[in-house]
Amino acid sequence: MSKVIFSNISKRFPVAAGAAAGLAVDRLNLVIEEGTLVTLLGPSGCGKTTTLRMLAGFETPSEGAITIGGRDVTNVPVNARNVGMVFQSYALFPHMTVRENVEYGVRLLNLPRQEMKDRVGSVLATMALETYADRSPSRLSGGQQQRVALARAVVTQPKVLLFDEPLSNLDAQLRERMRDELRAIQLRLGITSLYVTHDQSEAMAISDRVVVMRNGVIEQDDTPLNVYSRPGTGFVAEFMGKANILNGRIEAVDQSTVSIRIASTVAFTLPRGSRAFRPGEEVRCVVRPEHIRVDAEGAMQAKVRRVVFQGAYVEYLTDLEGQECVFLDSNYYRTGVAEVGQMLRLSVDSQPVWILPNSEAADMGKAA
Amino acid sequence: MTLVSQATPSGRTGASPAFLRKIVVDPWLFGIFAVVTVSVLVFAALPIFTVLKQAVITDRGFDLAALAEVLSKSFVWESLFNTLLLGATSAVIATLIGFVLAFAATRTTMPGKTFVHGVALLPIISPPFVMALAVVILFGRSGLITRELLGIRNANVYGFHSLVLIQSLAFTPIAYLNIRGMLQSIDSALEDASASLGASRWVTFSRVTLPLVTPAILSSALLVFVKSVEDFGNPMLIGGNFNTLAVEAYSQMVGYFDLHSGALLASLMLVPSITAFLVHRYWVSKRSYVTVTGKPTAQTIRISGAAVVLPISILCYTIVFAILLFYLTVIYVSFTRLPGIDNTLTFDHYATVFTAGFQTLANSLLLAGIATPVTAIAGMLIAYLLVRKAFPGSFLLRWGTLLSFAAPGTILGIGYVSTFNAPPLLLTGTAFIVVAAMVVKNLQVGIEAGSNQLRQIDKSIEEASMTLGASNTRTFFQITLPLLKPALFTSLSYALTRSLTTLSAVIFLVSANWTLITVTILSQVETLKIGVAAAYCSILVFVVLAILALMQLLLSSTSPKR
Ligand SMILES: Nc1ncnc2c1ncn2[C@@H]1O[C@H](COP(=O)(O)OP(=O)(O)OP(=O)(O)O)[C@@H](O)[C@H]1O
Ligand SMILES: [Mg+2]
Repeated sequence: MSKVIFSNISKRFPVAAGAAAGLAVDRLNLVIEEGTLVTLLGPSGCGKTTTLRMLAGFETPSEGAITIGGRDVTNVPVNARNVGMVFQSYALFPHMTVRENVEYGVRLLNLPRQEMKDRVGSVLATMALETYADRSPSRLSGGQQQRVALARAVVTQPKVLLFDEPLSNLDAQLRERMRDELRAIQLRLGITSLYVTHDQSEAMAISDRVVVMRNGVIEQDDTPLNVYSRPGTGFVAEFMGKANILNGRIEAVDQSTVSIRIASTVAFTLPRGSRAFRPGEEVRCVVRPEHIRVDAEGAMQAKVRRVVFQGAYVEYLTDLEGQECVFLDSNYYRTGVAEVGQMLRLSVDSQPVWILPNSEAADMGKAA
Repeated sequence: MTLVSQATPSGRTGASPAFLRKIVVDPWLFGIFAVVTVSVLVFAALPIFTVLKQAVITDRGFDLAALAEVLSKSFVWESLFNTLLLGATSAVIATLIGFVLAFAATRTTMPGKTFVHGVALLPIISPPFVMALAVVILFGRSGLITRELLGIRNANVYGFHSLVLIQSLAFTPIAYLNIRGMLQSIDSALEDASASLGASRWVTFSRVTLPLVTPAILSSALLVFVKSVEDFGNPMLIGGNFNTLAVEAYSQMVGYFDLHSGALLASLMLVPSITAFLVHRYWVSKRSYVTVTGKPTAQTIRISGAAVVLPISILCYTIVFAILLFYLTVIYVSFTRLPGIDNTLTFDHYATVFTAGFQTLANSLLLAGIATPVTAIAGMLIAYLLVRKAFPGSFLLRWGTLLSFAAPGTILGIGYVSTFNAPPLLLTGTAFIVVAAMVVKNLQVGIEAGSNQLRQIDKSIEEASMTLGASNTRTFFQITLPLLKPALFTSLSYALTRSLTTLSAVIFLVSANWTLITVTILSQVETLKIGVAAAYCSILVFVVLAILALMQLLLSSTSPKR
């Protein structure tokens, strides 16, 4: 069993003189369930790599404990942890052939010779690397090198598999294919995995859970769907894709719906689920640009401030009675492209609108 | 806020202090680190401090009177002055010659560059005093040139003038390689730009090229100076009355058994050497505008005008001719019965070497054969320990190896004699002490080469090995070391040449059982068996060349499959 638990993990690097003192990771609590793939997502410098490297054993937490399958590994050296790792640069051994690369870790297991050969053979077959087995890694394409790196990491049957931005050296097309391949193999082998990326679509495509980090702290730990459609904070909403965060006020609440006023108009009414709202309460609503459209009968009125033509759609930046509002119009070929200064009536597809939890108010103050 | 939390270490749960953990993570590697560090301290730092101590402390404790007495002797100041004068003169001349050669090789259309390059490097791989031997043969009392050609009866070859000639030629390769590397890495676009702005060739040279290579010129001069101060063989053979510190220290030690004076003179050598070395390390190398390690840029500028190329070529070929003349003389004499008196050809000298004198040749090969791989692997290992694992106490290792590199061989040799002559470190007279001196003296070059290469190897390659279950130690030997192969070979070649051709330190350490070829050559010259000495020298040069060629072959045949 190899469930991973981070309890209250902090990491403080010795600070160079003059630099601002800081925690790379701040009291992080995280559980990776057996066999699942969890992604750490966040902007540069938020502590993703540091967290991953603490699980690998390259860094020691300043505080807290890490367990793998119930065993406290906080002070266990890297080579005794039985983790597999796929590096951003692949880090293949350049002086060994593909087969030797894959064999390297298995040799250290002291298996019977035949079993070792079988294992290496079957992993090479799984990764479709048999034809390249006797080549030097430098003579492989980026995607093939990536597969060798993965083969080498899984052949020892590690308890945990770690990825640090493994796809960032590949071009866009290959990246999607490799991403799906990685996920397929991870699911097949059922290895508990921690995956670091700063690409939100990659994170959503590959993970069972997405953990959004910011300044060493977890902002949200949820399923990809929830992280996208029910962000816990404005930061998460904006990090997961373009989002308008509109300030509004609860106009009315009834049994199943809640109506929200944005500035002078009641902009939309949406199902409230089980959440409770007070009329008059200030709220912040996440509205994705693709859910706003030009509509002669629309409730909201906005003034066009900037128009960017993108081919498939037109992106408008508008002024919604003092609030910035971005939306996409993919119907422009029918209705024409609006001009800067023009007033537009807009309506919102209210189903996917998300009202941010109100604990955010305090958070806003902190960020400011 | 963070300051507050930093002040409460009580919140730690099970995490040990970082420096302790480094040790715990890989006790093996820390063990190796400890052994290496202690060895370097015992075999590099301790002997030098012993000598320094002996210089100021006699049987009666710290003895100012004794110190003053030695310092009042004129030979102390004379030899110090001689050493500095010789060092400065050789540094200037060798650097000038090195610059001309480097400039000709990189910037002009001088014909036969490969040939010039090969000959110019010859002095590097031979014992320093081959030149001295040649000069004696050519210009001595019964010299082939002075007496045979010119009929001069009492030519005086011994003294300052000969030493300058010899050292300048012997140390030219250091300057040549250094400056050539710098000239190659200067982007010739800079020179093109200057030329395109209408600057004349002279202006381009003096305003653009010269300032850019100034750091390399200074660095060469300092390195040659250090080499000259350290040189023992040439001043010993050909200095005559012109005594340098190295020679004076040796004769005080070995001639008069005056340990106190010998130690003091050797300590005095440390002053110019360490000063020059520190200036080089912390001042000159910080002033480089280009990195010598950068890949050589395409050289488009080719000075082809006869007005420049002709005089430069004449100068270069004169130097090449002189070097060749010296080496060929030595080879010729090794086949001559009694040079200048009986010029019939003979194999007698070689017969002597391979019969009566074979032991010393075999010793040299054996001890250098042991010292070379030890030096190279230890160099890589230390580079790894210093660059990748900052164990507590690393600075001891770093400074210990630097000290042994900067310190002249004489002080190291004297230090060994006085440090290892009593239990528990009773090592004098053994082969071990000779090997130790060879290793310690040549370690630094491998460490530098290894460190530079390590910085270019992606750290995650080693981390990958560790996640796969390999310890630090295994990772070093199976992953890091193979990737350091080019640096390893640099270190191997350097250690081999140095171990086979060194004299200044080992002359104090050889014994009846373990004598070395360089020491034997010296004594053959002193007893005027010039032919045998020449035969030894020729064999030595040939052996070094052969082994280097073999290693080159090995390196290219085992290069990674592309
Ligand atoms: N070895 C180190 N020494 C000192 N500070 C470090 C060290 N490693 C990381 N940090 C600091 O810790 C913070 C988190 O770094 P980390 O590498 O975990 O970020 P990241 O989320 O992986 O960013 P990126 O997306 O750029 O890779 C950064 O502020 C970084 O400067
Ligand atoms: Mg990172």
